[in-house]
Amino acid sequence: MSVAFPAIEVRSPVDPMLPRPAVIQGVRPEAAGVFTFSMAFANPADRAAYQFQAGQFNMLYLPGFGEVAISLSSDPGETQLLGHTIRVAGNVTRALSRLKVGDVVGIRGPFGSHWPLEKAAGRNLIIVAGGIGLAPLRPVILSVLTHRDAFGRVLLLYGARTPGDLLYTREFGRWREAGLEVNVTVDVGDENWKGKVGVVPQLFYFVRMEHKNTLVLTCGPEIMMRFVIYEALARRIPKDAIYLSMERNMKCAVGFCGHCQYGPNFICKQGPVFNFAAIEPFFGKEDF
Amino acid sequence: MPPNLPRVSASVVIRKSSLQPVFDNLKAAGFTLVGPTVREGAIVLDEISRLEDLPLGWTDEQQPGRYRLKQTNEPYFFGFTVGPHSWKQYLHPARLPLFAARKENGNWAFLPPQTPPPHYAFVGVRACDLAAISILDRVLLGGEFRDPHYARRREQVFVLAVNCGHANPTCFCSSMNTGPRVTEGFDLALTELPEAFLVEVGSEAGSEMMKDSAWEPATAFELRQAAGVFQQAEREIVRDLKTDDLPQLVYDNLEHAHWDEVAARCLSCGNCTLVCPTCFCTTVEDTSNLRGTMAERTRLADSCFNRDFSYVFGGNIRPNIRSRYRQWLSHKLASWIDQFGTSGCVGCGRCIAWCPVGIEITEEVNALRAKAAQ
Repeated sequence: MSVAFPAIEVRSPVDPMLPRPAVIQGVRPEAAGVFTFSMAFANPADRAAYQFQAGQFNMLYLPGFGEVAISLSSDPGETQLLGHTIRVAGNVTRALSRLKVGDVVGIRGPFGSHWPLEKAAGRNLIIVAGGIGLAPLRPVILSVLTHRDAFGRVLLLYGARTPGDLLYTREFGRWREAGLEVNVTVDVGDENWKGKVGVVPQLFYFVRMEHKNTLVLTCGPEIMMRFVIYEALARRIPKDAIYLSMERNMKCAVGFCGHCQYGPNFICKQGPVFNFAAIEPFFGKEDF
Repeated sequence: MPPNLPRVSASVVIRKSSLQPVFDNLKAAGFTLVGPTVREGAIVLDEISRLEDLPLGWTDEQQPGRYRLKQTNEPYFFGFTVGPHSWKQYLHPARLPLFAARKENGNWAFLPPQTPPPHYAFVGVRACDLAAISILDRVLLGGEFRDPHYARRREQVFVLAVNCGHANPTCFCSSMNTGPRVTEGFDLALTELPEAFLVEVGSEAGSEMMKDSAWEPATAFELRQAAGVFQQAEREIVRDLKTDDLPQLVYDNLEHAHWDEVAARCLSCGNCTLVCPTCFCTTVEDTSNLRGTMAERTRLADSCFNRDFSYVFGGNIRPNIRSRYRQWLSHKLASWIDQFGTSGCVGCGRCIAWCPVGIEITEEVNALRAKAAQ
């Protein structure tokens, strides 16, 4: 194919790799090895300019340690304080876990696609999350609660490995009162656990939901999402009504580093939130 | 001495020794000249300043997994094709400081690098490599985010291109529609004749650099001679890659057993990604002083053949050579088209010559096509 030589725009662009300092305003433990930072940009101009949508993520940078992609887990209606729920998984997240209120980290973002809240108005929602996968869906839940009348039935199907791994449990009461149907399961219970035991896709067995006019939003391990999609399709929910949030190694978040490629997509540009119909040819391909 | 400069789009002729005043004009204009030169048994790119730095009388012989220099003793400065280096090492450096972080009064400040990059004049850019630069333009400047480091280098570059006069068995630019003739995107383009250079002037800047070069308008004979040069190169191209069923052929066969067969030969060394003029993947490295008050972030070239390239918590997404080779080939020839509207391959053949086991991207596609049709 012929390669056209594009005209080069001479203006030097803003450096998308340069973080902006943000101050930790609050640290809240969520579960074993999981905590939430509330952060505010140090510079008032950054604070004023920042906006995000549910499902987008930031790159959090700790000098000398590195950078990690972390979903925004707070209400998109409130941009002065940005919430990031972080699980200790590697060097950077471990170093982040040692920070205190008043410490400074670098933030770049927001990046990526978002949950289709604009399409969700007037529809039913089934929000399906596993483990830390509830964090990128929390902004959806908080938006739904703020505009509860704009949506039909809203179900949350949530599970984690053990009761101690469940996130945001202290908020479940408020979510239920506000009209969210919260269904919870764990893979393995403990002596105090009186709820359901089983993997997340099995929660579909316990709920009834009309398949028409319903969107499924899911985030969790890929194997979980695979079976969530299977259960949703079995209930005649169309492929293009299913949205999922994907994860891949990521270094730059702006499409330069090549690490997060997923076939024709970059997780940082076309994702992390994808319509299932759009990625079906690649989803579940071995080692892809 | 001709008082006038040649007009843009003119074809003129200079004596071979008159390339030196062009070099001198470029240096006087503040350019750092980079061009082909012989080092360690290969024709590599490096800073040059004089005609003698060019590989006069050298040619290269390339085969799958093989690259050798040969002395021809013919009076050609550009009588070879492409070596292991490409222009990406100047436009998209393998090691680049992104920013420094300094802790002052408990607060971190992030400081971008201040040193401006050199103004490069690229000497001897082949048609395939010019196409590769235009692909990098799309990747790093064509999207929502633009790479400022690439932009600063790219917008200054002076391109002195060269038409190929012969081809190696690894070359397949004609399949990818990128060569062997340079058609656009240059300031000056040379065609090397036995006794002279035919020079096409591609820009005002190019015209200005022709000062004192004693140029003469090209005669019909010289134009015909020049046409013979790249026609000769075209005739020598034997390798062929059929592209009209891409990207779908690759997408439809992501789980084909043929990938196992390639994986049995591929060493996952990443040589192909190093020599590829369009492979752009990078990683980052973080360093700090012992007190943790100063830190630096450095961008490094990376390769999808590295084992931890796809690492996420819990493991590597592509843990075996089969999946990594498939990622490289399917990106280069298939998903690149969806991502950037162009193939990621320009047909330069470097990945074929520099693969230690001689894997040929063209033959792998042919094999996949043949097996998929069965």
